[in-house]
Order: sequence, then structure tokens, then C-alpha cells
Amino acid sequence: MRITQGTFSFLPDLTDDQITRQVAYCQRNGWAVNIEFTDDPHPRNTYWEMWGQPMFDLKDPAAVLYELNECRKVYKNRAYIRLSAFDATPGWESVRLSFLTDRPEDEPGFALQRQEADGRSIRYTTRAYATDKPVGSRY
Amino acid sequence: MADIDIAASFEASGIGPVLEQLDRELVGLKPVKRRIREIAALLLVDKLRRDVGLTAQPPTLHMSFTGNPGTGKTTVAARMADILHRLGYIRSNHLVSVTRDDLVGQYIGHTAPKTKEILKKAMGGVLFIDEAYYLYRPENERDYGQESIEILLQVMESRRDDLVVILAGYADRMDKFFTSNPGFRSRIAHHIDFPDYNASELMAIAELMLKEQNYRFSPEAREAFGRYLDARMRQPHFSNARSVRNALDRARLRQAVRLFETRGHALTVEDLMTLGPDEILASRVFAAAAEPAS
Repeated sequence: MRITQGTFSFLPDLTDDQITRQVAYCQRNGWAVNIEFTDDPHPRNTYWEMWGQPMFDLKDPAAVLYELNECRKVYKNRAYIRLSAFDATPGWESVRLSFLTDRPEDEPGFALQRQEADGRSIRYTTRAYATDKPVGSRY
Repeated sequence: MADIDIAASFEASGIGPVLEQLDRELVGLKPVKRRIREIAALLLVDKLRRDVGLTAQPPTLHMSFTGNPGTGKTTVAARMADILHRLGYIRSNHLVSVTRDDLVGQYIGHTAPKTKEILKKAMGGVLFIDEAYYLYRPENERDYGQESIEILLQVMESRRDDLVVILAGYADRMDKFFTSNPGFRSRIAHHIDFPDYNASELMAIAELMLKEQNYRFSPEAREAFGRYLDARMRQPHFSNARSVRNALDRARLRQAVRLFETRGHALTVEDLMTLGPDEILASRVFAAAAEPAS
């Protein structure tokens, strides 16, 4: 099941050229671009692992793409990778743009779980099949 | 086949004003200006060729600036980012100026990330390495400079459309540096030598500097400064425009003292702007020149 998270997620995956242009847009606006990755695809999993620090002082998309490729060398097909752009103008860092750049080839999807609760009521929750396996060996 | 109008694309590129500005604001430096002109022409022709579908590799523009102290290496490098950006060769108009400290780490494993960090910061623009020969220290075999040099070489080769590297340093030491790192010499397409200034160029530089700071010479002071330059150029440790700047700074100091000591008179704007002959003639250089050479 294809995960849809962040901007552009209903479109086909962005090519490197398209990613470059998105990053250029972020840098033109003075936002710091950050690379994150995770192997837990649950939508409520907000805080992903950071690949290095947010790139506050880089002025050119080529440098961000370089870092992204470094991250891909390690996590391509083993995790989801996303780019987030942070805007510091309000006085704190707030996310302006966030999109997936890479996803594992095989995305097993989610199971719907029902829990019998008091008085015949039922609670629903979702669980990613990927998380059956321990961290690091999920994809 | 349609004619290609080189004059029109020259007009459209906005290169003309850039070169004129360079001529106006930098005194002398003929070989440097000639080389910049050549680079501009090459980039223009390259663009024309691309427009009609003749493909070619983008030219390498890594440069090395060599010359004596005070010949304007750093000044030109700062301009270079602007020029290359206007010529459309680099994507953004920014110059990252570094020295050995910024590239080389202090312990094992520190150098590579540090160098890469700087390279990433410079991408899209110009990386200027001042006093580049300090990167290589043959007397210490455990020096980490070599590691930094290797990363630099690799990036200069593989990502040449992402950044332009400019090395600068004194001619003799840069020669030694290139001899011990032959890879560097061959990866740099443009070796530009900055000539020393002659007396009249130094005079022009002095007047330009004064004008920028809203000062001027009185006619006698101008004449005295000409004699000062003649004497100073014969002395050791003469560093061209830098010596001129220092001399002018000292003259300003003496002018301030003179104005301060003659207080009581009403001062005019003219007085505040003008450097008199006494300020120049008080210099130690004249005393030294009067002594017979030992």
C-alpha cells in the first residue's frame, strides 16, 4: 500500500530534478532544509530520525542533493526519506513544506485492529505490518 | 541556416557593463583583466553554441591567483563571484572565503567533514582559498592538510558545474605548492599572475582610496606622496596597494593630530577633507631614504 504523507504524495514520486527545484524554492524563501528518515510508516509517527542537522547555511540545492544522496546510500529501500523546510521568521522553526523523496520498494501497508471494550463497544486502531519486525530489519 | 548575431547576444548578456566597471574600479592589472575578458568571451560563445545545438562540456573555471602582497588578489576574487554570476556561469552570487583553519581539522577524522561542510556551503558559488599553500605542510608528515587537498581535488573534478574554486597566494610559495601537488596544477585551468604596480598606478590607487573615504590630497601633498612612493618602493617589505593604504591611514592620523592641535581656528569642510604635505613628509621613509645605504 502506497503511503501518502506530506506534500505531493498523491503525485508520482519526484525526480531529482524536481526535488532540486523544490529545494531551490525553499532556499529562495530562506527556509532551512532538513533530511529525515524512518522505518515506521505509521501516520502518527511524527518525529523521524534526522540525517545530520538542518542545513541552515547552505545556499544552493546541489549541496542538499549531495546530502540526500549520502542518506540514500545508507537507507535507500530500507526506510522512508523526507525533506522538510523550516521557516524561522516567526521566531521559532515551523515547517513550511515537507515531502517524501524515497520510499521502500515494498510497502506492506496497515492492519485494522479491533478491540472489544466495555459494553460491546469497539475501539479501532491501525498497525503497520512493517513494524512486526524489529527496528532496522523492517524493509 | 540563420545568421548568429554575436553583437546582439553580447548586448543582451550584460557583460559589457561588468567589464567596464572592472576597468573603472581596478587600476592596472592588465593580464588579469585580459583573462577575465577571455573567460567572458568563451562563456558567451559557449552559450551561442548551445543555442544552436552544438554541445560541449562546460568549461572548467577553477583559478589560481598568484602575485606579490597587495596586488589585489583578494579584491579580484571577491569580484569574481559577481562577474561569473552575471555571465551566468554560477547559479548564485556568493563567495565563501576560507583559509587553512576552516578546512583542516585538529584530530583524525575531523578534516573530511570540515572540508565537506565548507564545500557544501560554497556550492552554487565561488570558494576562495586564501594562502592556499598552507594546506600542504611537507615538514609534518602527520599533517591533515593532505586529506583536505584530496577531497578538494575530487570535488573540483566531479562537481565542476556546482562550484568554482579560486586559490590565492604568493607566487613563490604557490609554485612550491603546485610542484608537490601536481594534481592541483592540472585541474586548474587559469593560472593568473598579478603583476606589481608601477608608481603611477599606485598614485591612482591612492587617489581612488582617498576618494572613497572622502579625502583628497592638496597639490603639494600629491607631489610629496609621489616622492614618498618612489622612496618606499625601493625599501624592503614593500607590499603594493597595502603599503599605500597603510601610508594613507597614517597620513589621516597625522592630519587629525594637526587639526586637533591648531584648534581655535574655525575649520571648513575643506580642511577636514584635505591631506596636506606635512602629513606625508613626516613619514619615516624619507628619513631612511636620506641616509646613505649601509
